[in-house]
Amino acid sequence: MLRLISARRQQGHRTTTYPDGPAPPLPDRFRGRPTIDVAKCADGCRECVQACPTGAVTLTDKMRIDLGKCLFCSDCADACRDHAITYTNEYALAARRREDLVIEQDEQVHDLAAALDAKLLGLFGRSLKLRQVSAGGCNACEADVNVLGTVGWDLGRFGIQFVASPRHADGLLITGPVTRNMELALKKTYEATAAPKIVIAVGACAISGGPYIDHEQTCNGAEALLPVDLYIPGCPPHPLTILDGLLRLLGRIEDGSRPAARSGA
Amino acid sequence: MSLESAQTTAFTNGRSIELGAIPTLEFDGFEDAILDAVALGQRVAALFAAPSARPGGALLYVVLADDRENRLGVTRTKIDGDSFPSLTPQCPQVHMFEREIAEQFGSSPTGHPWLKPVRYHRSWTGRDAWQRPAHEAILAGVTDFYRVGGDEVHEVAVGPVHAGVIEPGHFRFQCHGEQVFHLEIALGYQHRGVEQAMAGGPHARSIHYAETVAGDTTIAHATAYCQIVEALARCQKTARAQTLRGVALELERLANHVGDLGALAGDVGFLPTASYCGRIRGDFLNMTALLCGSRFGRGMVRPGGVVFDVDDARVAELLRRLDAAERDTAVAVNLLWDTPSVMARFEDIGPLPRQVAMDLGMVGPAARASGLARDVRHDQPSGIFRFAHIPVSTYDAGDVFARAYIRWLEIQQSTAFIRDQLSAIPAGEVRVPVGPVAPNKLVVALNEGWRGEVCHVAITDAEGRFGRYKIVDPSFHNWTGLAYALRNQQISDFPVCNKSFNLSYCGHDL
Repeated sequence: MLRLISARRQQGHRTTTYPDGPAPPLPDRFRGRPTIDVAKCADGCRECVQACPTGAVTLTDKMRIDLGKCLFCSDCADACRDHAITYTNEYALAARRREDLVIEQDEQVHDLAAALDAKLLGLFGRSLKLRQVSAGGCNACEADVNVLGTVGWDLGRFGIQFVASPRHADGLLITGPVTRNMELALKKTYEATAAPKIVIAVGACAISGGPYIDHEQTCNGAEALLPVDLYIPGCPPHPLTILDGLLRLLGRIEDGSRPAARSGA
Repeated sequence: MSLESAQTTAFTNGRSIELGAIPTLEFDGFEDAILDAVALGQRVAALFAAPSARPGGALLYVVLADDRENRLGVTRTKIDGDSFPSLTPQCPQVHMFEREIAEQFGSSPTGHPWLKPVRYHRSWTGRDAWQRPAHEAILAGVTDFYRVGGDEVHEVAVGPVHAGVIEPGHFRFQCHGEQVFHLEIALGYQHRGVEQAMAGGPHARSIHYAETVAGDTTIAHATAYCQIVEALARCQKTARAQTLRGVALELERLANHVGDLGALAGDVGFLPTASYCGRIRGDFLNMTALLCGSRFGRGMVRPGGVVFDVDDARVAELLRRLDAAERDTAVAVNLLWDTPSVMARFEDIGPLPRQVAMDLGMVGPAARASGLARDVRHDQPSGIFRFAHIPVSTYDAGDVFARAYIRWLEIQQSTAFIRDQLSAIPAGEVRVPVGPVAPNKLVVALNEGWRGEVCHVAITDAEGRFGRYKIVDPSFHNWTGLAYALRNQQISDFPVCNKSFNLSYCGHDL
């Protein structure tokens, strides 16, 4: 018993005060929201487009990066001789609409996820129970969703909790590209969840298929089967990115659009 | 029998050999080569089929690990028709490999005692080992299960969607009251076609497939892939790059081992260690992020070395965090061994006897907890582990306690290793250019991931592309060990047994 108390003293209080206090520091090499400085793109050589493993980088009338497909691997930035693409330290990435995940060249502002409508906010704002469905990814998204339940983040203080049964859930949090082998189980889980219900797609796989885009064994993400209410990009998203997305959805963080991230922050 | 025999070609981890140098044996000779090697204490690291030049034909390759001699052996045979004789009755450790060959190539191992699909997909050849009609969908987990009959026997079915934030799998228990007679595990829900997609590479996605075979094993799988490419391109990595790869690999082990000890504590309702270790795991992940920006080591390891270097300030910060995490871990973990209510739930639960572990070809901490001194870092060393040796930790009880305690021993070894390596990093570049991949070669890369042996095998075609790329995650060997460990246990002990193995679904399902 004394040993337990002594250990408790030694370990201390470690829960982050975010969002009331500052966000936990991110490592300097963290790759968050990318920016495109098209003025630096001298010749439109398309090396970045070819280097991208998932087709997230496109160059037509404008240059765009689709965060829904982006693995944040920086293969595009590394391929660019002119350093036109920079990955910033900006972690807030979640969006309510799929098109808001697409970054355009020289973007001035971007829209982040808006809160649920008043009716759903009334239902879920203080208590959101989610059933997590892992559907074919690599288990990294699941791992960093799980982290939010540790004492470091303490997701429970926001009334958000993962529950064991879809019958107890207000919505699904889906990870993975949705394999053909998980299609039926995901549909059944969704049907077993009582309406009104929301769907959150976490990670490049669940949004677009991620590294497995266009594999015949997958459905290219949750959207092929279900309406998605919140997209949280990343491969995997940092726990802070996931928490930021969930809190925006519940109206706990409200700066809905913000200036484009500065490079090299 | 020596590995220098005409039956197999001897080579070492991370070295390529000419395809032409590998003998193509008659099936009897192939069978003898495997059975003789296993009788001498060698292991089957991989057994797989690859397309042959003849349409409809295939070649069976086996990679044998001779851990005592620190060498590998490879040999092959042709299979022409839609069947070949099963080796499983004499050599149980190949049972999943043979099921996989049947599923991928539609060629049945005749005499296999329990020939079922592994991942529930159409074969790559159009032939089907189970004669399933082409127009009928293949549904994961819809298959025969071993049944125990009798009035008082009941069946419990769990999954694919589980109660926690965890990957999908289906578990069938045959029970008599609380007692489990038999557990059968059906996986394949995470199957996303990784091996097929690797074929034709190296290409822009190859490294990303490797990094996401199992997300919690990013460094080990990415390193194995890079070793393959580097062997094929005859690329010499610098000592500095090898050191940083080793540091990243051990950080991956630390994060997962600490997380597992916390989760084991949680499964027996001991919340202090569960809470502390859940957080400390994050401290180790954040150290990996300090190295490369990603908590899972994404973007760290690339062909030719590593992407991110460290300066003195970064090394000092890593060492500072390592000291702090080491102190916190020791306090949190030692509570487990001092708490009788925890030990009562760990000791004698889920035993896996040494001989069974050997027969099943178990690897990693699960094998070492059953007394098998198997560790790629020691037995088939590559990279930094050829110069810096980590003692192999073993325990003989084979129960949940042993699998937990092995992790604690390895946590201490890995911490000391990282401290040593960071204190004396060799000078030099961290990455060197990699040339084109050589044609008509075979190369095997083994790495001791935190779950055990990560094995990649590549065969290049005449154009220098991957004609076949085989991945064996340690979980592929070990899932059967979990099923065995549940025999005659209480079904309520399943969660803690399962966590004591903590196997990968996605690594198995590919």
